[in-house]
Amino acid sequence: MAFVDQSKIRNFCIVAHIDHGKSTLADRIIEKTGLLTSREMQSQVLDNMDLERERGITIKAQTVRTVYRAQDGEEYIFNLIDTPGHVDFNYEVSRSLAACDGAILVVDAAQGIEAQTLANVYLALDHNLDVMPVINKIDLPSAEPQRVMDEIEDVIGIEAQDAPLISAKTGQNVDEVLEQIVKRIPAPGGSPDAPLQALIFDSVYDPYKGVIIFCRIKEGTVRKGTPIQMMATKAEADVVEVGYFGAGQFIPCEELSAGMVGYITGSIKNVKDTRVGDTVTDRSNPCTEPLPGYKKVQSMVYCGLYPADGAKYPDLRDALEKLQLNDAALQFEPETSIALGFGFRCGFLGLLHLEIIQERLEREYNLDLVTTAPGVIYRVHKSNGEMIELTNPSNLPDPSEIEYMEEPIVSAEIMVTTEFIGSIMELCQERRGIYLGMEYMEETRALLKYDLPLNEIIYDFFDALKSRSRGYASFDYDFKGYVQSELVKLDILINREEVDALSFIVHGASAYDRGRKMCEKLKDEIPRHLFEIPIQAAVGGKIIARETVKAMRKDVLAKCYGGDITRKRKLLEKQKEGKKRMRQIGNVEIPQKAFMSVLKLDDKK
Amino acid sequence: MIKNSDNMKKPLEIYVHIPFCIRKCAYCDFLSAPAEREVQEAYVEKLLEEIRRSEELSGEYNVQTVFFGGGTPSILKGEQICRIVEILRQQFVFLNDTEITVEVNPETADGEKFLQYHEAGVNRISFGLQSADDRELKLLGRIHTWEQFLESYSMARGAGFQNINIDLMSALPGQTAGNMRKTLEQVLTLLPEHISAYSLMIEEGTPFYGRYGEHPELLPSEDEERQMYYDIRDRLCADGYVRYEISNYARPGYECRHNLGYWERTDYRGYGLGAASLLDNVRYTNQTELSEYLKGSLKGTEERLDSRAVREEYFFLGLRKTEGVSPGMYREYYKELIEKLQVQQLLEEKKGRLCLTDRGVDVSNYVLAQFLN
Repeated sequence: MAFVDQSKIRNFCIVAHIDHGKSTLADRIIEKTGLLTSREMQSQVLDNMDLERERGITIKAQTVRTVYRAQDGEEYIFNLIDTPGHVDFNYEVSRSLAACDGAILVVDAAQGIEAQTLANVYLALDHNLDVMPVINKIDLPSAEPQRVMDEIEDVIGIEAQDAPLISAKTGQNVDEVLEQIVKRIPAPGGSPDAPLQALIFDSVYDPYKGVIIFCRIKEGTVRKGTPIQMMATKAEADVVEVGYFGAGQFIPCEELSAGMVGYITGSIKNVKDTRVGDTVTDRSNPCTEPLPGYKKVQSMVYCGLYPADGAKYPDLRDALEKLQLNDAALQFEPETSIALGFGFRCGFLGLLHLEIIQERLEREYNLDLVTTAPGVIYRVHKSNGEMIELTNPSNLPDPSEIEYMEEPIVSAEIMVTTEFIGSIMELCQERRGIYLGMEYMEETRALLKYDLPLNEIIYDFFDALKSRSRGYASFDYDFKGYVQSELVKLDILINREEVDALSFIVHGASAYDRGRKMCEKLKDEIPRHLFEIPIQAAVGGKIIARETVKAMRKDVLAKCYGGDITRKRKLLEKQKEGKKRMRQIGNVEIPQKAFMSVLKLDDKK
Repeated sequence: MIKNSDNMKKPLEIYVHIPFCIRKCAYCDFLSAPAEREVQEAYVEKLLEEIRRSEELSGEYNVQTVFFGGGTPSILKGEQICRIVEILRQQFVFLNDTEITVEVNPETADGEKFLQYHEAGVNRISFGLQSADDRELKLLGRIHTWEQFLESYSMARGAGFQNINIDLMSALPGQTAGNMRKTLEQVLTLLPEHISAYSLMIEEGTPFYGRYGEHPELLPSEDEERQMYYDIRDRLCADGYVRYEISNYARPGYECRHNLGYWERTDYRGYGLGAASLLDNVRYTNQTELSEYLKGSLKGTEERLDSRAVREEYFFLGLRKTEGVSPGMYREYYKELIEKLQVQQLLEEKKGRLCLTDRGVDVSNYVLAQFLN
């Protein structure tokens, strides 16, 4: 394809709330434009990882190019950029949006607009994208398309009366979506002769080709041999190959010019050199300015990852290194815990990102992991004027050296039906939220705005939200900044020994409550020993809660005769095997999962 | 092959499994079920066939003990037991003092049977009594009463048995230390030579498991259970019984030699459905499917015990005995472990033998598991 008419290109993405059918619609578009026969379609083509398919979420941006013959008889090139669908990946979403000229907004005909829908639409509007609404799931008995169309107009303020009413699942009316893409989404601009300016919206590592940069060419042209530079990281390379995206494959082509979406390779060794949001330019003819909006991705949530079997430490390091090749947002550095031995302090975009990495390590690399309580980055201002960014509670300086501490705050938007407003406000109150205001979306739904400390929402906030609203509340947040806070380090002592891996930072007011719950939880998790084991929670050396694991009173087989020696032996072996998998702290054996118990402190108890 | 003279031969224990009972008890997980007379007869025939087929053993072994277990061996006709003993005698060399035990459930034995047993050379009777309290018996699913037991017991004495065991169970649902002591006192008036007193174990697959598996609160607490155990031990010892294994008590000289053999790893040959054998450190287990056994198939499992397994079993079984084990050549191997367990006061050394302390008995699974790799 030597020459591509810009007016025949449509670059767009699909935004939606989780479960509103984004990936299914993407599948239908691919199928209908004839890229794949339906037999070749594995449901949800764009979700590459098993994990993505299983969880029904998109983790990494995916892109596909298809050709559509429209009713006007012309062939159009569609570049569909599928964006990650979770608040953890907001930045990736924003860069993907920046690579598009329009967005399809998919709204569930039964559920209507959710907090995340709003957040995504605002994000799209921020990038000056034309938003084209589509009402999905009209085959559901509970579908109310007219109500949802009205809601889109009322709440978002975009024209929705001619929105296609579709069922992505059955394929009903998807043709109309394709036609509207041609009509409603603008063709890209930019000049192929201008200095090169290409936006990186993702990159993946390929063991043969090195880093493959996914980009949108805003200005200029790039082809094999172009000497390129990433403007923020200053990394340089010479282009080896350019091309576009087939379904699940890379198709090389001659050149990529302004308005096109495609990929570039250049024997680049590390994805860290090709950060999402950075601008690629031509070293021999550089553009004057990088594209706006680049920021270095910051980890928001930290935790310790340890191999359950200490001997697997090198394996864990290798696995993290491999994952990092594809995930510039994953950070890790070695750390040592008295309780858990050698491991890594890892930084993640959020709890979902953490869970995904953890699951991938366990599944793809067959590692058994112990995860310590996730925490956020606290700022510790010391009396000597020094400021430390604290990611591991164990490194908290002595209280006498601390002037004050700060914690990160997010601004959260919670959409909820009016009947649950009370209980959701109560939840936010409990989580130290600061009420900012409420807007009624329509008669029965409201948008609550709160500032919430990040550390209050990283554990179970989402679950609590769902359970207190019978699943109806939706939630989105954005990092806001740091504020001073009365924080303390809560230590857990097992048999009078402090277990570093169980320490966490908590607001002074909730220390007692959390300490008590933690002790109760650990009491259930730690098996009885030959001796009594006190479990204590302490703040600054002062015990604030205690539970006791009673000594084992009796563990005896009354009978063992000739016929059941083998069976009895197996019973004891099993008992001993269970102990092997535990961590020895002093003379107490602690099961691995006890270290994660802080994650499971019930919302209500 | 040079035939060993009888006094050069190794001792062998014989176990004969009778997998029949009148009704399955609610706590029982043994291989046993009710069956028709004809099935029982066919079974005995196959049993005799199995005994006859094992003639290669007779050259190597003298029979030291025979134990009829079940199920309820006494469910068989007296002649059937006698016939089995007779065939065993034809097949093997018995010692003068070979201990021959038959397990008896009170409802199945009359005076005639005891006379027949005695005649055949049976010299030890083991009664499955479990409790002297009729309510507890009912709850356990036993079909005899205390009165019936008394009758059966005196018939056994009348037939000439001078070595009788009574099985008791403690830690029964709803049982108190008081109930337990009452049973004990009643049993003691009978002056049995041997008492096995087991704490109830809730085994998977039994009706008790369904009833109590998820509801341990319906059973005596661990503290109560241990108290009953201590009460039994102290009461029996005060009466001149010696606790020679975790749950076994005997007047001196009346220890069950057959069971001691298991804990001392004497070779044994088990006949019958699902019966286990240990011969030259190979453990065999017979077919557990009755229909298959009746077709003549023994096909079971075979496990060759390596030196590690032998070492581990030596401790894991031997430490059940009150006199414990002599660590002998394994002392070096377990040096650290033995020291650790001594520091924890779970193990003590007496006259060169290692044995469990009282606390060691309470948590013996923990101690014994330490000796496993």
